[in-house]
Amino acid sequence: MGNFAHSFRGETYRFADLKAVLACASARRSGDELAGLAAESDAQRVAARAVLADLPLKIFLEEPLIPYAEDEITRLIFDTHDAVAFKPISHLTVGGLRDYLLSYEADTAVLTRLAPGLTPEMAAAVSKLMRNQDLIAISRKCVVVKKFRNTIGLPGRLSSRLQPNHPTDDLRGIAASTLDGLLYGTGDAVIGINPATDNVQNCISLLDMLDGLRQRYDIPTQTCVLTHVTNAIEVMNAGGAMDLVFQSIAGSEAANEGFGINLNILREAQEAALSLKRGTIGNDVMYFETGQGAALSAGAHFGIDQQTIETRAYAVARAFSPLLVNTVVGFIGPEYLYDGKQIIRAGLEDHFCAKLLGVPMGCDVCYTNHAEADQDDMDTLMTLLTAAGVSFVIAVPGADDVMLNYQSLAYHDVLYLRSVFGARPAPEFEIWLEKMDMYDAAGRMRLPTPQNPVLRRLIAEHRDAA
Amino acid sequence: MPNIAMLPEDTRTADPWEKLRLATRARIGLGRAGDAMKIADVLDFQFAHAKARDAVHTRLNVAALQAALPGAIHVHSEVEGREMYLRRPDLGRRLHPDCLAQLPPGDYDAVFVISDGLSATAVEQNALPMVEAMMTRLSGFKIAPIVIATQARVALGDDIGEALGAKLCAVLIGERPGLTVSDSLGVYLTYNPKRGTRDSGRNCISNIHAHGGLSYNAAADMLAWLMREALRRQLTGVGLKEASGLLVAAEEPVALT
Repeated sequence: MGNFAHSFRGETYRFADLKAVLACASARRSGDELAGLAAESDAQRVAARAVLADLPLKIFLEEPLIPYAEDEITRLIFDTHDAVAFKPISHLTVGGLRDYLLSYEADTAVLTRLAPGLTPEMAAAVSKLMRNQDLIAISRKCVVVKKFRNTIGLPGRLSSRLQPNHPTDDLRGIAASTLDGLLYGTGDAVIGINPATDNVQNCISLLDMLDGLRQRYDIPTQTCVLTHVTNAIEVMNAGGAMDLVFQSIAGSEAANEGFGINLNILREAQEAALSLKRGTIGNDVMYFETGQGAALSAGAHFGIDQQTIETRAYAVARAFSPLLVNTVVGFIGPEYLYDGKQIIRAGLEDHFCAKLLGVPMGCDVCYTNHAEADQDDMDTLMTLLTAAGVSFVIAVPGADDVMLNYQSLAYHDVLYLRSVFGARPAPEFEIWLEKMDMYDAAGRMRLPTPQNPVLRRLIAEHRDAA
Repeated sequence: MPNIAMLPEDTRTADPWEKLRLATRARIGLGRAGDAMKIADVLDFQFAHAKARDAVHTRLNVAALQAALPGAIHVHSEVEGREMYLRRPDLGRRLHPDCLAQLPPGDYDAVFVISDGLSATAVEQNALPMVEAMMTRLSGFKIAPIVIATQARVALGDDIGEALGAKLCAVLIGERPGLTVSDSLGVYLTYNPKRGTRDSGRNCISNIHAHGGLSYNAAADMLAWLMREALRRQLTGVGLKEASGLLVAAEEPVALT
């Protein structure tokens, strides 16, 4: 293929290949500049978008960005591509797809049928032609529903991961942060710990504690310790209380090797988790994290821009029907996403591309202290993502993760989002909150004051059980 | 199941979070103004974030360090300015060619490189006492002049150690600030330092600071043990980590959680 060129007012912009068009068409971000792939000027960026808009979608089925023979993610993408689902849009250009996705005709049912016909590269390409409002408007039409002990992703709902991390995995400290989060009605996506010490025995202790807590209060949710998938297999063999198998994933076989995984290991873990039959209303047992910059930091990006190769990780996720996936958007650092503007854009892109591909995307709306970002940027991103229908967000006490040393959302922020958008938690979890008398007469979460009857009851029950 | 709440029977008036706070530094049991945090908590958070950002962006006071460490050599990476430092970690790992002449080769067992990293505050608070604690523990070592490196990543020590011909390079570097602690120092030890060394070939002692972190004496004991063992076994990294049974091999910050 190929003449990748565009002329504007007598000046012609040429691009070496498809990868270069995609990279130069990306909104500006530090990771592509670090990799030497970014557009050299704003005009070149727009020229790349003009070239991209005129490319036929079929080019992505003819020109794999990483050769089929070299990469199992490419093979996964091509071997599972649904030609029948692709047929209705097979005549379109990338620009034509953008207009079509925005049309009234492309409603939830149409987009659901279309998802298996789209490859990650098509989703990435079309996202590069979109303004933030396009990303939000189309994401909102994509509905991806998953189930384990509750239902995540229904329209009008916003779930949350309660993340009670502790710098030394102290069980009392983790239980205290968990209790705090439950009083804000968070934790319907998962109660999930990033362990400070990532070994099998510690993981089993943490899982036992979380499972005990869940059963004592009869909470319709799932719990997880975010340990490496190979540890998870050992934990399951040892009879640990594992609801969900967690793993960080990336968009190339080589980058996944850097994480110490491949598709076979993921399959093995999924089969082990399915055989435990711990889900009550569904069997979506996987939980994945992704994030722009992961492939580049592993030196395994193959000259592909960070947003496109991130999207290829969603092909991995999609193959395992996960309950939860989230981008850790602001966590990876300013050398990949420099400031609030870049983090916000990337969060919206990741959510859009995943949802378009049928992946139940949530987001860790977050930043590190060496990024040019603050709470105002997080307010903007979480508000936009909730408008876009994000499946879940992550929340920690007071927005301060004392183990990973970065800032995510606060439990309070989940209340704000629910209140501003009228978004409700997963239906099963909502019933539990009602049963526990956690709502006041106006349907708002009661204040967790010493007088709060639920707080007193939870603490009393905890004391009796201890 | 841990006993998380040993509260008095009557919790009607007491703050039920008081006991729970003993178990975690997390910001639990905050109040609410409507759905939001109370103003005191908002400002406390902003203050902690400001301290962390200041630690990242403050320039290391090299003159003060040199005054305290007569004979110390100042070098810098290829980075110009803090923004470039944050955007281009690759350049922060490379010694600026102009600095090479200041590092004549010698017969050295070890060199200490004091690096600003992501927290000049951490270096200003902790580097001198840490170096002093080391000097009393390394009798018999041929130590190179101390090097102060600015706009430096850990791997800049590889270029420095290689130029000096030192068998070991110990990089004392400001760690990425958190909200709770913005002046934590880390030490990365590398045997046979040279450009291109993988991070799995280093050992790391982290979290050295005066607010409940590792003490200078404890860190210096560990580092001195590591340095002697590294010379004896002619390695650092995973192999030495396994031998010590208690220390972790160094890693760059992980990409994903």
